[in-house]
Amino acid sequence: MATTPNATTPADFAWSPRALLRRIQDADEIAHLVTLIAAATLLLITVLLVYQLWVLSAEARAKFGWSFFVTQTWDPVSGDFGALTFIYGTLVTSAVALFIAVPLGVGAAIFLAELAPPKLSSSLTFVSDLLAAVPSVIYGLLGVFLLVPIMRTSVQPFLKHTLGFLPLFRGPAYGIGFLTAGIVLAIMIVPFVLSVSREVLLAVPRDQREAALALGATKWESTAKVVVPAARIGIFGSVFLALARALGETMAVTMVIGNNPKIAASLFSPGYSIAAVLANEFSEATGNLYLSALIELGLVLFILTFILNGLARLLIVVTTSRGSGVLPT
Amino acid sequence: MSARMIWRKSLNLFMLSLTALCALLTVSALFFILGYLMYNGGKDLSWNFFTHLPAPVGEEGGGMANAIVGTLKLMLLAAVIGVPIGLLGGVYLAEFGGKTMPFLIRYTADLLNGVPSIVIGIFAYALVVMPMHHFSTLAGGFALGIMVIPTVLRNTESFLRDVPRALREGSFALGTNKWRMIATVVLPAASRGILTGVLLALARVAGETAPLIFTAFGNRYWSPGWMQPTSSLPVIIYTYATGPYEDWHRQAWAAGLVLLGLVLLTNILVRTFLGGGTSYERS
Repeated sequence: MATTPNATTPADFAWSPRALLRRIQDADEIAHLVTLIAAATLLLITVLLVYQLWVLSAEARAKFGWSFFVTQTWDPVSGDFGALTFIYGTLVTSAVALFIAVPLGVGAAIFLAELAPPKLSSSLTFVSDLLAAVPSVIYGLLGVFLLVPIMRTSVQPFLKHTLGFLPLFRGPAYGIGFLTAGIVLAIMIVPFVLSVSREVLLAVPRDQREAALALGATKWESTAKVVVPAARIGIFGSVFLALARALGETMAVTMVIGNNPKIAASLFSPGYSIAAVLANEFSEATGNLYLSALIELGLVLFILTFILNGLARLLIVVTTSRGSGVLPT
Repeated sequence: MSARMIWRKSLNLFMLSLTALCALLTVSALFFILGYLMYNGGKDLSWNFFTHLPAPVGEEGGGMANAIVGTLKLMLLAAVIGVPIGLLGGVYLAEFGGKTMPFLIRYTADLLNGVPSIVIGIFAYALVVMPMHHFSTLAGGFALGIMVIPTVLRNTESFLRDVPRALREGSFALGTNKWRMIATVVLPAASRGILTGVLLALARVAGETAPLIFTAFGNRYWSPGWMQPTSSLPVIIYTYATGPYEDWHRQAWAAGLVLLGLVLLTNILVRTFLGGGTSYERS
């Protein structure tokens, strides 16, 4: 009890045995050390994660090199592995998801931030947060038994009929495939686009809206020409964040994408994604090379999401700190 | 009113209604999902579901008692592994910490938070399953525990930072030292927020399937102890939904309803009664 907090004299920093002993006996120093160890464990886990992915994928990286990324073959029997079909599937499904989720999420965010009365806005945000908490396997369940039949019997024939001149909407309607996976993903990432976009829109200073309205702009003009451009970078951030989630999303995609490694221009075609092949084949992988190739896919996924998340956070911090300073994270 | 004005007014009305429609669509998705699961899962939910083991493959009936217990065991492990590290790490960030270290840790926490759950599964596989040569509850709990850490850590930090300065100074003025001030004044003051964060983090990993497929694996029987593979609700939903039997599909719906009910109920109760919700969520 007698020690004064923060009484650090230069001697405390000396590394002489006596100074060290005194620091160890000080309860504050012990607390500092214990919490530091906990925090450092997080660093250790992350470093170890990267290290494991790197080391365990060594065999595949040495054997296939960069050609891993441009090869379509995936043949566990002959030990020939290439990631192109999976990377393609991941990118296509994510692109479909963004195409649907971004307008929907940003539109809803505009409503919540600009129009809805505060009470309605906060209760709708609550519902959107709950939507974000729904486990992905539940989306998969609904995808398999509800969305796939609807896609097969109505949506895909309809698209073929109306937009069939595009190569995107050709071929037999199986129900499963890139388009269905993309739609399920879209529903899953909308809450993330929504909550972050709402946050950055709310961070735009009130004066800007009022200035636009005072000049005679309608509500929509003030929103579209003043508020949204001011929050533009943060909205991009929310899109990157959502994209990072879509890329790594596993269960819902695995259940509806069709699990067929092929590259096709048509969105109706069954495909495969990185996360889906990991979920399906990892526990059954026989042989070191097979496992190593799968882990290299994991490494690819890790690097992609790492870059996107870093970029997203940078953009969000930039916009929100320029405004009134409500940081979403 | 000039024609131009009419055009601007109607565009205004149209676009604003469109944004309202977007919000309505998004929000109604939750009610639709909940309603559809209740309709499909509710009729197959019986007492047997909670008390019986799965029937042998191909036979009808049986329950998911082992999966429910398995999920609870995995949650317990995740909490034991993840919460202390996250909590203490959060205390470090908010109360101790200099300049570079906290920045590094905060950044790493955000990074780890964004890692796809299936990649965390690979990590747990490499670290726990490979040395032990078999799947286990421990490996699954380890994977989920890692996913809990960054959320709890950042959440704890932000709630500790919200504790008013006056409380700390009052404590110092009474002559306490720093750790006692943290343990008896700051942590209790932030306890509701911290508990909210912990419960929400656990509710989120309760529904995780991907990191369990090749760590906890699955089991059609009880899993004694912590070293055997175990069944869990999310994995069994996946297995049953993609399986060939009608009866499995019915049970998958019932299990889906139980899991969704568990997750949503925790979220609603925690957010309404413990206050505010979190300032940090998984993204």
